[in-house]
Formats: sequence, C-alpha cells, structure tokens
Amino acid sequence: MTRTRKPETSSDDNNDEKPAASTTAMRLIVPLQGVVQGRGGLILGSLIPCALFYFLQLYLKRHRPSQPDPDPPSPSSSNLPELHRSSSRSSLSGRGSIGRVRVSSRADPIAKPNESPYYIGLDRVLEDPYHSVDNPNGVIQLGLSENRLCFDLIERWVSENWTESILGTNGGDLSIAGIAAYQPFDGFTELKVAMANFMSQVMRRSVPFDPSQLVLTAGATPAVEILSFCLADHGNAFLVPTPYYPGFDRDLRWRTGVELIPVHCRSTDNFTLNITVLEQAYSQARKRGVKVQGILISNPSNPVGNLVSRETLCSLLDFAQEKNIHIISDEIFAGSMYGSEEFVSMAEIVETEDFEKNRVHIIYGLSKDLSIPGFRIGVIYSYNDSVLAAAKRLTRFSPISAPTQRLIISMLLDTGFIQEYLDINKRRIQHMYDLFVDGLQQLGIKCAKSSAGLYCWADMSGLIPSYGEKGELELWDNLLNIAKINVTPGSACHCIEPGWFRCCFTSLMPEDVPVVIDRIRKVTETIKSSS
Amino acid sequence: MGFTLSNQQQLLSKIATGNGHGENTPYFDGWKAFDSNPYHPTTNPQGVIQMGLAENQLSFDLIQEWVLKNPEASICTAQGAKEFKDIAIFQDYHGLPEFRNAVANFMGKVRGNRVTFDPDRIVMSGGATGAHEMIAFCLADPGEAFLVPVPYYPGFDRDLRWRTGVQLLPVACESSNNFKITRAALEDAYEKAQKANIRVKGLLITNPSNPLGTVLDRETLKSLVTFINEKNIHLVCDEIYAATVFTQPRFISIAEILEEEEVECNRDLVHIVYSLSKDMGFPGFRVGIVYSYNDAVVNCARKMSSFGLVSTQTQHLIASMLSDNEFVDRFIVESAKRLKARHTRFTVGLEEQGTTCLKSNGGLFVWMDLHKHLKEQTFEAEMALWRTIIHQVKLNVSPGVSFHCPEPGWFRVCFANMDDQTMEVALERIRNFVLQDKEAAVVAIKKKKTCWQSNKKLSLSFKSFNFRILDEVSMSPQSPIPQSPLVRAT
Repeated sequence: MTRTRKPETSSDDNNDEKPAASTTAMRLIVPLQGVVQGRGGLILGSLIPCALFYFLQLYLKRHRPSQPDPDPPSPSSSNLPELHRSSSRSSLSGRGSIGRVRVSSRADPIAKPNESPYYIGLDRVLEDPYHSVDNPNGVIQLGLSENRLCFDLIERWVSENWTESILGTNGGDLSIAGIAAYQPFDGFTELKVAMANFMSQVMRRSVPFDPSQLVLTAGATPAVEILSFCLADHGNAFLVPTPYYPGFDRDLRWRTGVELIPVHCRSTDNFTLNITVLEQAYSQARKRGVKVQGILISNPSNPVGNLVSRETLCSLLDFAQEKNIHIISDEIFAGSMYGSEEFVSMAEIVETEDFEKNRVHIIYGLSKDLSIPGFRIGVIYSYNDSVLAAAKRLTRFSPISAPTQRLIISMLLDTGFIQEYLDINKRRIQHMYDLFVDGLQQLGIKCAKSSAGLYCWADMSGLIPSYGEKGELELWDNLLNIAKINVTPGSACHCIEPGWFRCCFTSLMPEDVPVVIDRIRKVTETIKSSS
Repeated sequence: MGFTLSNQQQLLSKIATGNGHGENTPYFDGWKAFDSNPYHPTTNPQGVIQMGLAENQLSFDLIQEWVLKNPEASICTAQGAKEFKDIAIFQDYHGLPEFRNAVANFMGKVRGNRVTFDPDRIVMSGGATGAHEMIAFCLADPGEAFLVPVPYYPGFDRDLRWRTGVQLLPVACESSNNFKITRAALEDAYEKAQKANIRVKGLLITNPSNPLGTVLDRETLKSLVTFINEKNIHLVCDEIYAATVFTQPRFISIAEILEEEEVECNRDLVHIVYSLSKDMGFPGFRVGIVYSYNDAVVNCARKMSSFGLVSTQTQHLIASMLSDNEFVDRFIVESAKRLKARHTRFTVGLEEQGTTCLKSNGGLFVWMDLHKHLKEQTFEAEMALWRTIIHQVKLNVSPGVSFHCPEPGWFRVCFANMDDQTMEVALERIRNFVLQDKEAAVVAIKKKKTCWQSNKKLSLSFKSFNFRILDEVSMSPQSPIPQSPLVRAT
C-alpha cells in the first residue's frame, strides 16, 4: 500500500517574467469579448482581444523596465561558513554605488544557501565531524559515498613504488621539451591506455575498452556536465529513473539549462526500471512539447545499489533506438561490488549484441572504486566520434593535473596490485555491508536488495511520523540533530515513496557500526514510545 | 546504420556541433607547421620554432630543485605517504585551507606585499581557462556582454563565450597612444552596446596585458574603476602575468587601487582572475584562481568549482611550495631577472635589424611591429606575411588580427618558452628574413618606377575580414588539430 507523493514542480523558474500587466490586460479583454460577441460572434470576439493582448505584450517587451535586483544572499545563513569580509568602506557607507550590483540569473539561485537536505547534511558534518577519540559526539557521516576501507593498501603501494619525485628523474612529460610540445587537455595518451585497461579489469575482462574512445576529465562531475552540454540544448530533457543521485540535479541541469524528467521506480520492483513507465514518461514529455535527448541511468544504481539486468539494458537500447535518443550509463560504482550478482556494463551489451553504438556513452571515474576522489579523475567513454571530438575540446575547462596523471598511470599499470586491491576491496565492502544491514535489521529496518555501491537503501517508512515527504524530513532532521548521523533522505533523491534513506557505510570503521546503530535505536525508541 | 549525418546534427547540441571552440579555421597553419615539423637543436635544426606559446620555462629548474629537496611535499614519496589518505579522500570544493592560505600569501608577495588577500575569497578552477568561464557564468546571462579592450587574448572568445552564451564587445585602442585604454573609447563602446540593445555586464581587462606586455598606469586603473562604478558594471581583472613584470614601471594590481583613500568603489563589482601557469611556469598543474570581493560571486563560484577542482595532490604540493617564504622570495626575484635578460637580448637583437616592438616590461612575449614588411596595410597582407613567416622563416608567431588588433602588421612573439640557444636561432632567422625582405623591397621599388601599375587591389573592410577569417585562431598551448595518435584509422 504505497501512496505516492505529489510530483514536484519544476524549480526552474528563477526569472519570474510574468508582468503584472497581464492581469490588467485580462480586465480589458473579458468585457471587450462580451461587447464584440453581440455583433461579430465568437471569432471577432476572440480575435480582437487576442490581437490587443499580443500588441500589449510586444509593447511591454520592448520597454521592459530593468529587472528588480535579486535579494543579496543573507550572510548570516547557518548553512554557509561566515565569510570574513575585508574592510569595505564604500560598501558600508553607500558611497560610489548607485544600486545593488547584479550577478547573473544563473548564479543567483546557486549563490543562495542550499536547501536540499543532501547538502545541508554534508555541511553539518563539516562543522562537527565525528571522531571516535577527539569528538565522540560529533555527527557521523553516512551521507557521502566515499570508501575509506582500503587506504592502507594504496598507502603501502605509494610508499613502496613511488620513490621518484613527481617530476621523475628524467623529467618525462614535465621536461622543457615535454611542456613546449602539444599538451592534450583530455589526458595523456599513457593515462588513457592505462585507464582503458583498468576499466576492463574492473569489469572482469568482459569487455575491452579502446583508449581512443576515452576522454579524461577532472572527476566524474564535469564528465556528466560535459556530456550534458554535448547532447542537449537549453530546454531539452533527459529521462532519469528515480531514485537518483542528488548531484545529477547540479551536474546535468545547473549551467546547461537541461531538464531532468523523473521516471519513477517502486519498491515492489525493488526499484528497477520498468520500460512501460519509461514509455509513459517519454510520451508525457512529448505532449508537453519537451524534446527528450536521452536517458541517464546509473548502473550499479545510486542510491539503491542494485544492478540493471541484461534484459533491461537491451530494452533500453531498443527504446533509445526507436526514439532516436542517447543513453548515458554512469558506471562509477562498477568496481564496488559485493554481492554474487554479475555486473553487466552497457559496453558489454553494445560490443556483443547488434545495437547502434553511436548513441551510447559511459561515465566512469576513480573516486569510488579506487577511493581517490580528491585527485579528480573522471572518464567519458563514448562510441560516438562527434561526441568525443566535442567533449575533448570541452575538457580544457576541467583538465586533470599533470602530476596526478603521472601517479595514476603508474598505479594503474601495476595490474597485480590493482587485482589484489579490487579483490580485497570487495571483501571489505561485503563485510561492512553485512555488519551494517544486520545492525539495521535488529532495529526492524529492512534494506532494498543490493549488490554494489558504498551504501544501502533503508526502508524507515515505519518510523516516519506522517506518511509523506514532510514526515520523512522530520525523521531526517531527528536523525541529523538528535542521533547525529547524516543520512540522505529519499526525497533528495526524488524517490516517489517516502521513508527511504541512503546510508553509506564505507566511511566507517567496523567498530563505528554499533555506535551508529545505538544512536538510531535511541531515536526509533523515542518514536515508538511516543506513538 | 541508423546515424546519418543529418541525424547526428539533430542529436548533438548546438554547443557540440557549432564553432564556439574556435578551432575550425583554415588559418591554423602555424600550429600545423609546428606539430608536423617541430624544431629540435640536434635532431631537427630546420624545424619550426614555437613562438606562439606564452609559457614561462626560464625558471623551471628552480621549481625542480625545490621539489627534489622537499619530497614530503609530494605525497607520492615515502616521506609524504603518511598524508596520502587524508589528501586523497578530500573532495571539498572549498579546497585545502593550507592551499588557499599559500596562494593568498603568494599573490600578496607578487604584489610586493602592498596588499593582502583573504584566503576565504579564493576559489579554484581548472586553469585560468576555467576561471574565466566560471566568472562569466557567475556574472552574465546568455546574450549579455563584456567590454574588452583590443588587442586581447584570442582564448577569451572561447572561454567567455562558448558555453556561457555571453558576448564580447571590443573597446578600441590605437597604436598612436600605445594602445592605452581611454575613457572616450570605453564610453563609445558602451554606447554602441546600448544602441544595439545589448546589456553590458562588465569590463574585462588583462593587466599586465596579453599581447602587449605592458602594465596599466595608476590613472588608467582609476579611470576604469570610476567608469565601472558609474555604469554599475563588473570589472574582471586578469592578472595572470603579474609576476612576469621585470622592470619599471612596476605592476599595480587592482587590489591596490581599491585600498587607496580617494578611490570610491563598490567592491562587489571587482573580481580578479589568476593562475600559477605563467608566474610559476608550470602549466601542467592546471591551477586557476578566481578572487572576488563579492560574497555572492564567491559562493556561486565555489559551487561551480566542482566542475574544475584542482587535484588535492597538486593543492598539497603548491601549499608546501608557496608557504616556503624564502623560496618564494628568491623565485620571484630570480624569475624576473631571467625574464628581463631574455627580453633585453631579444629586443636588442631585433632592433639591430631594424625591427621594433612595442615598449614593454612584462609578459612572456613582445608585440612586434612588422607593418614595414606588409605589401600593403591590410589584414590580408598581414596573413600573407604570417604564412611566409611560418613556412619560410619557420617560426610560429601569432598575427595581430587573431587578437582583434584594429591595425594590421602587429605580431605577438613569445620568447620565454625556449632556451638561449633556440632563441639565438630564432633571432638569426628573423635577421635573415628582414634582410631578404629589404632587398626584395628595393627591387620591387625599382620595378615599380619603371612599370607603372595601378593599385586596385581590394582591401577588405576590417570588420568582415576580422570576424570571418581570424576570429578563431587559437593561440593556446592546445594544438587545434586533433593530432591524437590514438585516433583510429577507420
């Protein structure tokens, strides 16, 4: 018995451009229609007022007064650190300025404090981070999918293998000759080769990756944005199955003006994509006059952690072919598996089956599988030469630092170490998953079935005070401020069913798990006792 | 195959299929020539010498020396590995605090400690390219415009316009007064925009100038500040060459002007774009900085920086390097000394042959005046001369028209991206060319006197020529030709 929440309204209307004159215009038109209807009938009665209205709009557009200045962001917002302002005599006294200065309308909503619980939670942890010894009452981070389980392996490799300085003994690419020559913004050739090999290794050699189809970017975040810029114009849309990673709202929409249309998945299907629902979402978009340019899936899924089946991948490719649209497959968690299920990459389907390749693009990166988000290494892998050419040019805005490229090349080429790392990583994620999910189980909280990712998708609908987004956010707030754990509520992920929460467990040590469970227990007991 | 060409065009965005990237021009002969035939002192002494790349390699050895001496700064060494975990996992767009502190410290030192910078106002981006795009996204909407004094760096056309939809409108400057930015020219450009119904959101200046290599004097800077305050528009100052000024007049940063008593300025209008690529001479780091006095812009830019964060490994290294005050002080002085020596040698060498350059005291290039060598004072002739210089003289230099220079005959020639020996070779080649050209000119004059020819060549109007032909010559280190050896042969 699942009730659904109201579909959210588009939050895109930053620029309210409805002039107040429209209401005055209607006051003119209605009686005018009544007057004319007597003689000219419906046609004149409608035409004349419409014509008048049109000319009025034209006049207003031409002589539009300057837009009202946006409110300056409140500097005392609790969600942003206070900026220490250097002395600004003129601004204080008002001398020399004739009005408030405007930033772009693109910037304005971004400059305001984030209202999404996803970001609020992250900020809270920054302010008061948990530490078992130094700050045992701090906020425990379960809202950022980062993997801290295998650092010891990487640290050991680095200290054993990287004895040269970042410049190397012969200078390599960073010598004078190296710098003066052509420097590709989309990554050194050696890194592309190493990355292609790594991706293949991560996906258990089920598919070869061609280095010439790779473009490297400073993290998966710009990779997604660059693809969005390449595949869609302002006002176009992508279909995205929900629940989805909250960052997509920023990466695909912010600066591009592209719309994301949710395709709702349900717990009865374990949140897997239903092609019929996809069809419906597509038709509805078309009816609204919105041009859908592609589908974006994450596989393994974030936030649920399940895998997209081979059949669904094929159906998606059929669908994309039929509608002549793109598919973007974000496979950034491909190496963070823990179940016994087999991960099938979109690349594998495309290489083995007879589908059009030109519409397929894969996002990857080293932030999750290799636990190095700070180094900013992302990948666009595309079968479309035009997209590759365009994306290459766009990487000039998001290039990977040269010294980091050198380090990663070395690391990825040590395939023995990489294999060892992937195997141990898998075991440790599995261990943490078992610990955590069992812990939640003791509290009566079940999780969706999942086999990958750094998180679990927990059903706390039994604990929310009211069955809806409001209730969910109340529970989230209690968990954040009373239990002091930061989890991500389903509404931030556009989940249609309230009460689901994403809990990332790979930033914890095993001994932290009981602490977390205890804290949640306190909140759940409070709820149970009060109900 | 379901993807026909027309299908493709429909399925990709305008940004992907358009020419905003600035690489589609038949006139990238210079880069092509260099890529296919790069000079090397021993293996290819007849190759093309790269003089179109404004990079600073004169003080690279100092950096190298420091890195070798400080292995713990690089987390990839045995000494530094213990910090690896914390650095590798850190992905906060605020950046490492020590990085911001170090950069603020460095920026202050480069300005002779006459001003201090607030680390909390420092936002990082993917190189100066990313910084410019980011500031454009923050300050202007599609269709709105920035005023830019000409001549200006060609990369602006791409970085500020491509994905942002923002326009760039030129502010006229002339060689007769050394390309000074005059109040009259600013007003004129602003009025033109008003008449064309284009909303001007800001003024973009580069100081020290690229391609001129000159610094703005105090009066000009003050007049710019007055102008932007009156019009209530933003001022974006690209100070990427700040530490390359090697002699008087000294560099005056906009930050200093803001601190002056009698200057009235709404600080919310002022933003500085910076990078370590030129001053430190290490472009591979890809460190771009936006420094804004406007809180809303800092907030917005910080969030946008997610699209171009600097690798924490690099942040860590730079934090260590730039906190080493002794090293920084020594570097700044030594780098300026070497730039001065190189500049002097180059300009003196040129003057000996009768080639003049605009008098400059900064930057990594000279603004060379070759109008004497033009067959006629047109941009077409300038392009012809450019082709000659590339294919016969075998030097890749950058023609003025690509910088939107209003007068033909100017060329930007970079001198800091090569060693002394290569520079001597370049000078020699220029010397030979100048001599040959003089002889040819003498012969031509003789011919002209005997055979009377009417000169009815069409000289194209500046506007149509400029924007049609050389709008997009890319002068960045990125070669416009996708020469990736990985391109499959299909």
